[in-house]
Amino acid sequence: MIQFTLNGKLVQTNDEPDTPLLWVIRDSFKLTGSKFGCGMAQCGACTMHVDGRAQRSCVLPVAAVAGKSITTIEGLGTPDNLHPLQQAWVDQGVPQCGYCQSGQIMSAASLLSDNPNPSEAQVESAMAGNICRCGCYPRIKNAILTVAEQSQPGAVQVAIPVTSSDAEGVQS
Amino acid sequence: MSGIQLTRRGFLQATGIVGGGLLIGYVATSGTHTPAVMPGAGAIAPNAFIQLTADNRVIFYSPRDEMGQGIYMGLATLIAEELDIPLKDIQVEFASVHDDYKHPEYGVQGTGGSSSMRVHYLPLRQAAADTRALLLAAAAIDLGVSRDSLTTEDGYILSNGTGLPYSDFIGTAQTLELPTETALKPKADFKYIGSDIARNDALAKSTGTATYGVDVDLPDLYYAIVSRSPVAGGRVKSVNDSVARSMAGVTDIVQIDSGVAVVAESFWKAKKAAATLDISWDLPELAKFSSAQIKADYQDALNSGAGDTEISGSIEDGMLSAAHQIDREFWTPYLAHTPMEPVNAVVRITGDQAELWAGTQSPGVARGLVARHADVQVDKVTVNSLFSGGGFGRRGQLSHVAEATQVAVATNKTIKLVWTRENDVQNGWFRQASVMQINAGIDERGLVTAWDAARAGGDLTPHTVASVLPGALPSVPKGINDLLVDATESIFDGWVIDGGGVEGLVDDYDFPNKQLRHASVNHGLPLAAWRSVGHSFTAFAKETVMDELAEQAGLDAFEFRRRNLQGNPRLLGALQAVQKGLENWDIPEGHHIGVSAHGSFHSYAAQAAEVSVENNQIRVHRVLCAIDCGQVVNPDIVRGQMEGSIMYGLTAALYGDIEIENGAVKESNFHDYKMLRISEAPEVEVLIVESEEAPSGVGEPGLPPVAPAVANAVYRATGVRLSSMPLVLV
Repeated sequence: MIQFTLNGKLVQTNDEPDTPLLWVIRDSFKLTGSKFGCGMAQCGACTMHVDGRAQRSCVLPVAAVAGKSITTIEGLGTPDNLHPLQQAWVDQGVPQCGYCQSGQIMSAASLLSDNPNPSEAQVESAMAGNICRCGCYPRIKNAILTVAEQSQPGAVQVAIPVTSSDAEGVQS
Repeated sequence: MSGIQLTRRGFLQATGIVGGGLLIGYVATSGTHTPAVMPGAGAIAPNAFIQLTADNRVIFYSPRDEMGQGIYMGLATLIAEELDIPLKDIQVEFASVHDDYKHPEYGVQGTGGSSSMRVHYLPLRQAAADTRALLLAAAAIDLGVSRDSLTTEDGYILSNGTGLPYSDFIGTAQTLELPTETALKPKADFKYIGSDIARNDALAKSTGTATYGVDVDLPDLYYAIVSRSPVAGGRVKSVNDSVARSMAGVTDIVQIDSGVAVVAESFWKAKKAAATLDISWDLPELAKFSSAQIKADYQDALNSGAGDTEISGSIEDGMLSAAHQIDREFWTPYLAHTPMEPVNAVVRITGDQAELWAGTQSPGVARGLVARHADVQVDKVTVNSLFSGGGFGRRGQLSHVAEATQVAVATNKTIKLVWTRENDVQNGWFRQASVMQINAGIDERGLVTAWDAARAGGDLTPHTVASVLPGALPSVPKGINDLLVDATESIFDGWVIDGGGVEGLVDDYDFPNKQLRHASVNHGLPLAAWRSVGHSFTAFAKETVMDELAEQAGLDAFEFRRRNLQGNPRLLGALQAVQKGLENWDIPEGHHIGVSAHGSFHSYAAQAAEVSVENNQIRVHRVLCAIDCGQVVNPDIVRGQMEGSIMYGLTAALYGDIEIENGAVKESNFHDYKMLRISEAPEVEVLIVESEEAPSGVGEPGLPPVAPAVANAVYRATGVRLSSMPLVLV
């Protein structure tokens, strides 16, 4: 039996120790926000936080996270209580098919917690492990930079393009 | 726009058989005469698309599938506009399968060909406007006032300054006939159409709460992974599954049409066990071929003069009046679609009923496939459509639905069948590979006098028919189905040109003398429409040649194209928008601009790519894209689709290459089938051309121009004209 913390709650699993964390979370704990994309740490759709750092859960045996703290997209923010990155994603119309976006947001959150004010190049380098086939890259980059900017001391909350007053309602 | 007499192709296009879209005007109706929507208590569903609930909410049943292109939002916007209800009060649901939801042009219920907004723009607005008129009529009766004294606002009937919710009048509305041909709103009154409004699916997709097929969970669900032949069409000769059978959690190992399925309690257990199967295969003819041979076969076919030819004017006369002439050959490889969500399906069979959960581009065909393989009546099959994690043409192919049904039948279990990424790259359907040749002449004024183009490669349509027919006509026995598929193949054998292989190759410009020759060479690899279909490669050949001709004419890329676009004002308009937009660009030293223009899916796109080359590495810094897609419903979604098409097209332009070795695909996952990443992504600026024309395609037209724009910029940077994709400098 393997114990770890999942989105703030202590949990345990009887899954075989070599089972990748992704499948334990999806199939045993029924949290399906984290996605299967490649199964070999190439695309980032499965990205979760292990002790606060972005990791590819599709190749991470569950045995390796015993005693650690796992955060998935469900633990980052909820529709009623969005993480600033999720808010920026919605406001700037980032997702298209949306399948990679949980992983994108988890990678971005890990980046910003390490480096609250990244340069464009640092964003590109931190996010290069996350593939988006819909090609939302320009918006992903802008959304991250917007959140970084807004989190700076003395930052003025600026109106973000794309959102109209109607859009507020659409989200609710 | 095209003046050429493509008689036979024209005939087949008219009947819907040819091209990137689907087919079949002759699909039998399913015989469902029950209404598409059964309204809840106190609710009303005046048509198949709209239900107004007792608490004044609107449920919109989207007849088209959402795979990222934004149609979920786009079509809901039409309803909001004409029904006069806030978008936030519209709950979108994917429609069930019903005749009322068939694609108006394709005859089956499916999504593709960048057609959804074009075909639904007026009908859905009409459905909403008629519903609003019905509610106004009911209110006039209930309130005892004249209808002219009433108006609406945001889901309320306004009478003498008082607002009453639409739902107050459902009772009376149920007794009235639905009005028809209600006048639609004039453009000047649009509240939502034409505005930037954030997508209504963004919240779910940013919080991990959007449900895709792969997320579906049911009681007593078992997972299936299938081992398929490394060479498409291979059959199991023998299988040693003794290791797999002994593995924990494995419940069944069954042979199905496509290979051997391992069923287990979890995805991981099924995947681990499937890897231990030892299968020997009977391999088909395709196993004799590799990429180099396939390309050589295409070249031989073209060089021997094989194929079917269509002519407008006289190439000989055109060449006689030419001052310059060039003759070029192009190669474009097979490509996989690789949507982020590999295909998957959940099937449950209970007695004479069956149920499917999947995100597809063809729920109508999916229903028929489940019926065929579960041997139940079509109207006993329920299809639950879900968000698709990317489509790009791949989700029009539904063998995974047939596989899941076969496994469910063989095991008597509820099955979730998931393709791994390796399955996706190696065992699926592919964009056609092509050799194209263009021989063109221009006169002293820079006008094209002759355009002689040829393409050799596989035909798309027989594969489309083969995959659609079994689901579209589920009760037709397999033998007859096979005969029909064979008949489709034979019509491309020297009788007709497959539109999906040549579209765009002789189009767009004022070519007074043009010839199109096509040689069908089929090796057996399964082929499917891939985002922008034939345009994804023909634009590369056409726009590279146009660029070279411009140089020979001594004209710049814009002026040369302008002179030859006099009969195509909308493409010229897009091109001129790019030319003007570039005036605001500062081009750093060492960066070079390449230009292209291409029309597809009734829309017109022009692009400029800013490129630098260092140590033979091509770097695309910025792309400027102008699009004329008629009336725009949501400019931000149009911009997003242009951005996305450019990135998808750049992956193909810079990296895309599915190589065949002894009939098998060499690449297997993202480490060797490379995708564009954020660190390689250009900035994109989109210019939307103002248009009074009807809405046209958005999901695909932004893709074709990007590869030639980059290739033309690479030429300016290096003096090298690249004629093969992917674009590689050596």
